[in-house]
Amino acid sequence: MDFKLSNEHKLIRTMYREFAETEVKPIAEEVDETEEFPVETVKKLARYGFMGIPIPKKYGGAGADNLAYAMAVEELSKVCGTTGVIVSAHTSLCAVPILEHGTEEQKQKYLVPLAKGEKLGAFGLTEANAGTDAAAQQTTAVLDGDHYILEGNKIFITNAGEADIYVIMAMTDKSKGTRGISAFIVEAGTEGFSIGKKESKMGIRGSSTCELIFENCRIPKENLLGREGKGFGIAMKTLDGGRVGIAAQALGLAQGALDETVAYTKERVQFGRAISKFQNTQFQLATMDMKTEAARLLVYKAAFYKDSKMSYSKEAAMAKLYASEISMEVTSQAIQLHGGYGYTREYPVERMHRDAKITEIYEGTSEVQRMVISAHLLK
Amino acid sequence: MNIIVCVKQVPNTNEVKLDPETGTLIREGIPSIINPDDKSGLEAALVLKDKYGAKVTVLTMGPPQADLALREALAMGADRAVLLTDRAFAGSDTLATSSVLASAIREIDYDLIIAGRQAIDGDTAQVGPQIAEHLDIPQVSYVEELELVDKVLVIKRAFEGGYFKIKSQMPCLITTLTEMNTPRYMSVSGIFDAYREKEVEKWTIENITIDKEGIGLHGSPTKVKKSFTKGVKAAGKKYEVDHKEAAKIIVENLKEKYII
Repeated sequence: MDFKLSNEHKLIRTMYREFAETEVKPIAEEVDETEEFPVETVKKLARYGFMGIPIPKKYGGAGADNLAYAMAVEELSKVCGTTGVIVSAHTSLCAVPILEHGTEEQKQKYLVPLAKGEKLGAFGLTEANAGTDAAAQQTTAVLDGDHYILEGNKIFITNAGEADIYVIMAMTDKSKGTRGISAFIVEAGTEGFSIGKKESKMGIRGSSTCELIFENCRIPKENLLGREGKGFGIAMKTLDGGRVGIAAQALGLAQGALDETVAYTKERVQFGRAISKFQNTQFQLATMDMKTEAARLLVYKAAFYKDSKMSYSKEAAMAKLYASEISMEVTSQAIQLHGGYGYTREYPVERMHRDAKITEIYEGTSEVQRMVISAHLLK
Repeated sequence: MNIIVCVKQVPNTNEVKLDPETGTLIREGIPSIINPDDKSGLEAALVLKDKYGAKVTVLTMGPPQADLALREALAMGADRAVLLTDRAFAGSDTLATSSVLASAIREIDYDLIIAGRQAIDGDTAQVGPQIAEHLDIPQVSYVEELELVDKVLVIKRAFEGGYFKIKSQMPCLITTLTEMNTPRYMSVSGIFDAYREKEVEKWTIENITIDKEGIGLHGSPTKVKKSFTKGVKAAGKKYEVDHKEAAKIIVENLKEKYII
């Protein structure tokens, strides 16, 4: 067993850090404050290959692996949680299911521009009455000649409104329950497909989260992703992969808050000395560092399992559950060690704490992760 | 077009510390980078490659660890990387270094050779021009703009307050300034390719034709008698005053020491 990163992973981390420090960090505060989607950053991310990291080169990707992908989300999220989730949702929830379940024609038409970053991707599963109970889908898709007609609404869709390509779940046969769910590829601009309410959120405020509305939306039959009735399986498998991305986001937020806190405590003077000289500070920092490192091991392990073609569903659930929970703890403690300043917008740790909360909720709540883990344990 | 970019791996700091015993640079614990002027030179080469098509070869002389600098260059988009590494090269001064580099360049096709103006750890600005002299080709130093018009290089050369506009045929050697451009980042695919698909060619003295008397520590005419870090003469004095008062104190102190 070897805990050393390969040379390429070490060099890629150097590049991610340079990029994040120079291109992402300086605008993170503004992105949060204005709730504006960072369009220019996404273009730069595309130029350097961030939008198709684990996608093979023949489909326009970087041809790297899931560990390199997780590290990218981690390093971006260290300075900006919004940027981290844009890459994560695009890659894990849209590009990867097309790679894994799409036909060659679908890959050429949709995956190539997604992986090159020419187009942005999103994924629609959640509905008003189908959150954790994802099987309670009410959106329908009815075959009518050469087209499927989509009817229904999706909510809380990451990258919605900004994305060009959506992977959408809908019921093709309500009588069959989860076996009646199918997956579709829907292009923005398709008649009958519109973007509804944009959410104003606690954190990841630059990320665009909207409702999707399908009203008599006709999509070509060949945009069925995988076989009819296999959508639920595709969604669950997609979310397994997505969890590695969100776990990496949570990890990055924790590490970012820790780094800020280490720097702050060395400078902040109280009772005549830097607060880093006090044992309470030292003990708190030690605990924050230990938890962050433990989360990193779980995240990298899940990514490594996926790269090794091993079953990684439980590992991804553990990584996401643990990383998101310690991310809340570490970012909260970071504010505590910053004192009153930490509660203000003058310092980034309060933003990191607000960003961290969502990692306990989206792509499966912490409760769902416990369900997944215990199901593996008790099977 | 074939472009050779000479790069040097340097410690990432402007405050190089010297070992007081040996007079050599202390490299431990300091991350290494591609020398900034050289990196801008590489970017200039890659811009020409993007516009007109070119094969870009990066060349360095250094210890085996300099492999990392070449991988970074490959990850930015260079096509070929050559690492000159041999104990016989160790301790070379600028003249010996430029001899080795020129000998290696004679083994490679080139139209344009690019070197950074100077390295942040040595600040000599000698190696680039010396290579041109060894090869007996034209050279333009301190380049801040570069264009290619009908196979002729059109160059803006920085000169104190102004600049020269120079045209040069190729083959030619130029030395570049960091002010010239902002180097691109490595790309994700470039980094994976740099390790998994491309290679860094390791050349020793056996790969080049050179007079062994003119290289390494013994072949270097420059002899370093003594290197030292400037010591602090006295403890500084700290004033907590506004800027007007501060200016007054500075002037008084300078007068006291007869500096003004």
